[in-house]
Amino acid sequence: MLPEQAARIDAHITAHKALPGGLLPLLHAIQDDVGYVPEESYGSISKALNLSVAEIHGVVTFYHHFRTHPPGRHIIQICRAESCQSMGSTELEAHAKASLGIDYHQTTSDGSITLEPVYCLGNCACSPAITVDEEVYGRVSPKRLDAIIAEAKGVA
Amino acid sequence: MTRIYIPRDSSALSLGAEKVAKAIAEHAARHNVAVEIIRNGSRGMFWLEPLVEVETPAGRIAYGPVDVADVPSLFAADFVNGGAHALKLGATEELPWLKQQERLTFARVGITDPVSLTDYLAHDGYRGLQNALALQSAEIVQQVTDSGLRGRGGAAFPTGIKWKTVHDCKADQKYIVCNADEGDSGTYSDRMIMEGDPFVLIEGMTIAALAVGATQGYIYLRSEYPHALAVLNEAIQHAREKHYLGPNILGSGHAFELEVRRAAGAYVCGEETSLLESLEGKRGLVRFKPPLPAIEGLFGKPTVVNNVISFASVPIILDKGGAFYRDYGMGRSRGTLPIQLAGNIKHGGLVEKAFGVTLRQLLYDFGGGSATGRPIRAVQVGGPLGAYLPESQFDTPLDYEEFSKLWAVLGHGGIVAFDDTVDMAKMARYAFEFCAIESCGKCTPCRIGSTRGVEVMDKIMQGRDLAQNIALVRDLSDTMLNGSLCALGGMTPYPVLSAINHFPEDFGLNKKAQAA
Repeated sequence: MLPEQAARIDAHITAHKALPGGLLPLLHAIQDDVGYVPEESYGSISKALNLSVAEIHGVVTFYHHFRTHPPGRHIIQICRAESCQSMGSTELEAHAKASLGIDYHQTTSDGSITLEPVYCLGNCACSPAITVDEEVYGRVSPKRLDAIIAEAKGVA
Repeated sequence: MTRIYIPRDSSALSLGAEKVAKAIAEHAARHNVAVEIIRNGSRGMFWLEPLVEVETPAGRIAYGPVDVADVPSLFAADFVNGGAHALKLGATEELPWLKQQERLTFARVGITDPVSLTDYLAHDGYRGLQNALALQSAEIVQQVTDSGLRGRGGAAFPTGIKWKTVHDCKADQKYIVCNADEGDSGTYSDRMIMEGDPFVLIEGMTIAALAVGATQGYIYLRSEYPHALAVLNEAIQHAREKHYLGPNILGSGHAFELEVRRAAGAYVCGEETSLLESLEGKRGLVRFKPPLPAIEGLFGKPTVVNNVISFASVPIILDKGGAFYRDYGMGRSRGTLPIQLAGNIKHGGLVEKAFGVTLRQLLYDFGGGSATGRPIRAVQVGGPLGAYLPESQFDTPLDYEEFSKLWAVLGHGGIVAFDDTVDMAKMARYAFEFCAIESCGKCTPCRIGSTRGVEVMDKIMQGRDLAQNIALVRDLSDTMLNGSLCALGGMTPYPVLSAINHFPEDFGLNKKAQAA
């Protein structure tokens, strides 16, 4: 964690500490800002919210959305739910892993892309669906996925 | 100035609506065509998205699916005035898909500008709240009870009874919580409402607050819906500015504040007690019941927890009366259900119909059969915890009790179609795998049973000791069904056992022997 990240995290803690049930909004704010929830921040969150470090670790690790390590420049999520399976998402997953050379929860060696599974994007009439960062893509064929990845890498 | 409607709905965006909107705006500017682009919700015809509509003296004319490459030819065909083009579909309201629906909850979705309060008011918005403000709280609850509305999240518990329980509690603080953690595969109606008509949800929650005496509300929104988050926050801001939310709603003296809270990707948090734990900032561990959330809910206070569609159905009930809503439907399933056609389906989308429509009508008359053109072999209704139904059950009407008779559930109204290439043993294995990934870990049948289920399914798929292992899956399912704390572990056996019972051949079993 960089010193300037620590300062920003402290500002988020100050903004959220009086909010009822504020831990999740705080964790979102931190991850939105610095890309992940650094474990080094648990100490100051613990003091401000009067929670144990174990409780904070418990919450961070319970939820799939939060991560404790910096991701790649782009995050690609592939939907694994039934609707997408009915339209070939299993093949799409295999294609993505093979062409990126990584498994789920891993980042390509050039740091450009992190691959994550997701369970439903609410785009089930346009299966299979993926996201690149916050943008959803529908009816994604392996070929279209290659184009999307190339575009993401280009932008990176 | 011609009005052009291009959806901002996530699914439309996933098919390129943003680029189409940009291309149309640029082309119009370059050629001095006066247009006003409105970013509406989706009409729910996703095989036609991006669907572009133009407002003409003869009503709104639809074109779709529009690609960026089609934009110059659309302008050349004078589509701005409803000109002929290969993509022209005709008057939107006359399209059979829409004409055959009964859109009560979705009355405005796709028609209005979602974040325009003016537009909402012009289309009968906030009439329900106006009526509610003139009623005693118990009379509001009575209207909802009379409507026969049952929880649209899937449990189908009578909404009026839940509200009455909270109404009758004495407490210094009560809460309204909207479950917008729509995690079931094959469902997207909550998202469409939130992105396409957020005010109807806000109005429904405000009416609930008046009915039970609550002053604070939360919308627990899944983190996978960033567009819904933006729309909701903008709508809440507008509602607050015009005093539809805040310390003194429309000068009535009633206060109601509303805040959107983001979930964090845990499926189990769609279970109401787990959701409440999460809202309190904790791990989403399921609570024991009793106490019911209606009596000891958020922060230990009486709390109404309802699904998005349940709340969004309330304004029309208060506008037109409980009897109006109750007159739709069949049996004990009153009103309408926004049904979502998903998966391997040619015409996927949102169909709001009165209860009683059959699966076959939905799959073929609306859905047009499978997307791949192959026979539809199975459908999963009600999300990942719902049963798989074979073709022989497609004539079942959508009705909570009719589905119960088949040992199936309607759930949130999502229907996922599979063609004949599906391997039902894989789907059964996936049901256990999903449960293992998403289990909160509090109860043993779900936490351990799901993992043991994956292992036994692996053996079955290898054909090892088939009879014994099938017996083992059935026994394990019995334990999960009867011993789990919530529906995650308690309903995972639905997809598993229905797959074995209806599609034994996929498990290496003799179909006739299994039926006997």
